[in-house]
Amino acid sequence: MTSKNLSDSEKPIGVIGAGNFGSVVANLLARQKKVLLYARDESVIQRILQTRENRSHKMHDNITPTNDLAMMAGQCDVIFPIVPSAHFRSMMRQISSHIHPYHILIHGTKGLDVTLPEGQTIDTMQTLDRSMVKTMSEVIVEESVAVRVGCLAGPNLSKELEEGHPAATVIASHFNEVINIGKRLLRNENFQVYENNDVVGVELAGVLKNVIAIAAGALSGMGYGENAKGLLVSRGMVEMVYLGRALGGNTKAFLGIAGIGDLVTTCNSSLSRNFSVGFRLAKGESLKEILASTDEIAEGINTVKIAKKCADHYKVRAPITTMLYHVLFEDMTVKKALEYLMRYPLNIDIDFLGE
Amino acid sequence: MEVAEKKNKNRRYKPILDGIPDWPVYQLSKNRKEFIEEVAQRAFNEIKKNRPTTKQLVDELEATVYREQQRMKRNRWRVDAADEPKFWRNLKEELVSLSSKGAEVNKRKAEELIYRIVLRYSNEIAGNFKANSYRLTREIVKFWFARLLNGARVKKFGAFFRTRYTLRDKIQIVGKVKQLRTLATEGTVVMVPTHSSNLDSILIGWIIHSLGLPAFIYGAGLNLFNIKIFAYFMNSLGAFKVDRRKKNVPYLETLKFYSMLAVQKGAHSIFFPGGTRSRSGMIEKNLKLGLLSSTIEAQRNLYMEAQPGEVVRKIFIVPVTLNYHFVLEAPDLIDEYLTSKGADRYLPEQDKYGSWQLLQFLFKFFTKGSNISVSIGPGLDVMGNYVDDDGNSLDSQGRIIDPRDYFISQGEITADKQREDEYTRMLSHKIVAEYHRINRVFASHLVAFVAFEIWQKKHPKLDLFGLLRLPEEDQVIQYEEFRAACKRVRKQIYSLKEQSKVYHATHLKGKIDLVIRHGLDNVGIFHLKRPLLMNKEGNIITKDFNTLYYYHNRLAGYDLEKFI
Repeated sequence: MTSKNLSDSEKPIGVIGAGNFGSVVANLLARQKKVLLYARDESVIQRILQTRENRSHKMHDNITPTNDLAMMAGQCDVIFPIVPSAHFRSMMRQISSHIHPYHILIHGTKGLDVTLPEGQTIDTMQTLDRSMVKTMSEVIVEESVAVRVGCLAGPNLSKELEEGHPAATVIASHFNEVINIGKRLLRNENFQVYENNDVVGVELAGVLKNVIAIAAGALSGMGYGENAKGLLVSRGMVEMVYLGRALGGNTKAFLGIAGIGDLVTTCNSSLSRNFSVGFRLAKGESLKEILASTDEIAEGINTVKIAKKCADHYKVRAPITTMLYHVLFEDMTVKKALEYLMRYPLNIDIDFLGE
Repeated sequence: MEVAEKKNKNRRYKPILDGIPDWPVYQLSKNRKEFIEEVAQRAFNEIKKNRPTTKQLVDELEATVYREQQRMKRNRWRVDAADEPKFWRNLKEELVSLSSKGAEVNKRKAEELIYRIVLRYSNEIAGNFKANSYRLTREIVKFWFARLLNGARVKKFGAFFRTRYTLRDKIQIVGKVKQLRTLATEGTVVMVPTHSSNLDSILIGWIIHSLGLPAFIYGAGLNLFNIKIFAYFMNSLGAFKVDRRKKNVPYLETLKFYSMLAVQKGAHSIFFPGGTRSRSGMIEKNLKLGLLSSTIEAQRNLYMEAQPGEVVRKIFIVPVTLNYHFVLEAPDLIDEYLTSKGADRYLPEQDKYGSWQLLQFLFKFFTKGSNISVSIGPGLDVMGNYVDDDGNSLDSQGRIIDPRDYFISQGEITADKQREDEYTRMLSHKIVAEYHRINRVFASHLVAFVAFEIWQKKHPKLDLFGLLRLPEEDQVIQYEEFRAACKRVRKQIYSLKEQSKVYHATHLKGKIDLVIRHGLDNVGIFHLKRPLLMNKEGNIITKDFNTLYYYHNRLAGYDLEKFI
């Protein structure tokens, strides 16, 4: 049994994933606590140790990089997994045997996990349903005994956070305990933390907004102005709500920080990876070319594919997502997709509020 | 031409504890007085904690007195104590006289009144297990059931006094019997069965005895004690009384602490987490979280109160499904369900079945076909993790985990109500999933399901209520069509079984015509109006759409509709 004098202040906090956002979260946590930061690459660990720099972030002195997940799980009660959705499940499998029911996991990954029947790939599946598509909190619960799970979402552009501009995030969990711990750890004078009990809703809001962010980049790349953006954000919102509901979230989460808050930010920012994917598409680059020249994964690309196939399965109208799918994977031009959208016959403004 | 149920392998089980004095329930009844006082004290503390001011206490008292007087005026039962009106009248008078006194006096008085109420409730709830009476009841039941069975099956007068058939031939117990017996020696078992009939309580009592387990305590609806024959059985089996008319805070707190402390003290318990009998005939989907949460709380208390290094007694949850070809109350249950559907209104507890009807039913039950099946599910810890035969909690990979860790926050065991509410919700989902998994499909469920779904499919525009009023000339299904659909659905049930998502009775196998015949012969067999019959032309008809819907519902939730 852990003795009483080993108070929480002495236990380090774990962060899994030394990407852009992972590094920023580690820095936020390091203001108050010792932090163990897991990176897969030995070279990243060495770089942090030697230069205290990672992905152009200055790393706080309280941060110790490591590549030992077992050690991290042994030392930390609270862990923030922030790895790309494509590696999330395999990462959970690695750490799973070291996780106990007392662990608290708050993830910051804005993507979906797809598990398919044997022999299938995502491209051979015509549609996807909820038994195959999981949010990260669901992956955590499936792969480990952790139950006190939460997620972090909101307009958190890494560069701005690093510079200490005012910002906010939302922590969602079924457990108040998780929300309170997350708040205590992250909150500071420039960083506000909101709470929400709808984990899946918040996760989906964070995930689906990436689709609209790509579209926003595309509009901007075409050289269109603010009217077009206003149109996109509001219609994109409606689409997110419908898809989100079909996948098990509530409308409310989409109206909060993780939904509209994040949407407005990413749709206006060239700092966002998803935005720049759309921008370059509109400039005539192909997806292949774009992927070849970036080192971090834009979650939105995969999300478009998953969201489109889910929309087909649940028969949800998702014109923006569908058109993006054609542009990304079926060589439709952005111009053509846009023409189609402008002719789209549905003209009711808002029909998701009230019963 | 009966489809034979596979020869029952059920054997006689030796008692796991030799003498009744070793039984936890006996220990509890021996210290009955102390226990009742402890329950009252804990309930009292809880009420006081949540209502720190005198005004809040007085408000609670006033609300309670008002509700109780309303109940006595409107809905008094035979079992209610004779001194009840007097008790509440006195209490009310004392409550009225409160306001004229000083604040300190008022506070003390209000507390005293609350305590008086919870003590009364605690006494009222408490079971009264008596070893002698338990033995006697057990023998009576065994004796008469055996007589009935033999007299009916072997058609000779002398057979009445033989013991060729026993209840074990009538009631199939399948599933994790051995594990249940081990768990009952290693920890405290909380059995959570599905609930369709008033007969369930007696059935479970018999099962527990026949598995060689010590008596379990259980909360039985007070309405059952109105029926004398039930009252006798239940009193002697260690039942405690749950009065669903009383919704006031002191009562609910007392009830909660009663069951929680009993479990905490190691008394094996049963409760029906669905709350009441399933009105629709469906397997319970929404469980009552109050009693479930008390098992989680009991386990957490045990961890909290343990000395360092002490081995903590574990609480095991064991889901059980009960399946019948025939549920005595089905027509009334489904009526209530249908009238209440859409409107969340109060369902009056009516019991139209007195001792006589029950005996009639029992006679029919023993003299005709109609088996009952009991599936014992695998043991779970209070978090819904499976446990191995030694009682260790396992994660999904089969690694041993310590449930204590679920209550730990930064190295310490803590009581966090919101957290435990969430755990309760998770546990209830797990139990519901287990119900569906261990549910045992009968031929009668199959035919009812298929027939109803065929009618539904033929009239896609009708909602449930429209369908139930279908004109008689439309209420015929051609046998060939029915047969083909039964075959398809049965095939899917086999496939679900392969994936261990459901079980089925052995009589479901074999020639489909025989299985259908068996189903038709048994579905709702003793109802005046049979839910499903074959007409002279050999086609399928119904005499009672509502009860057909009821029996059909047992297979709802398996996505079988698309195979019609």
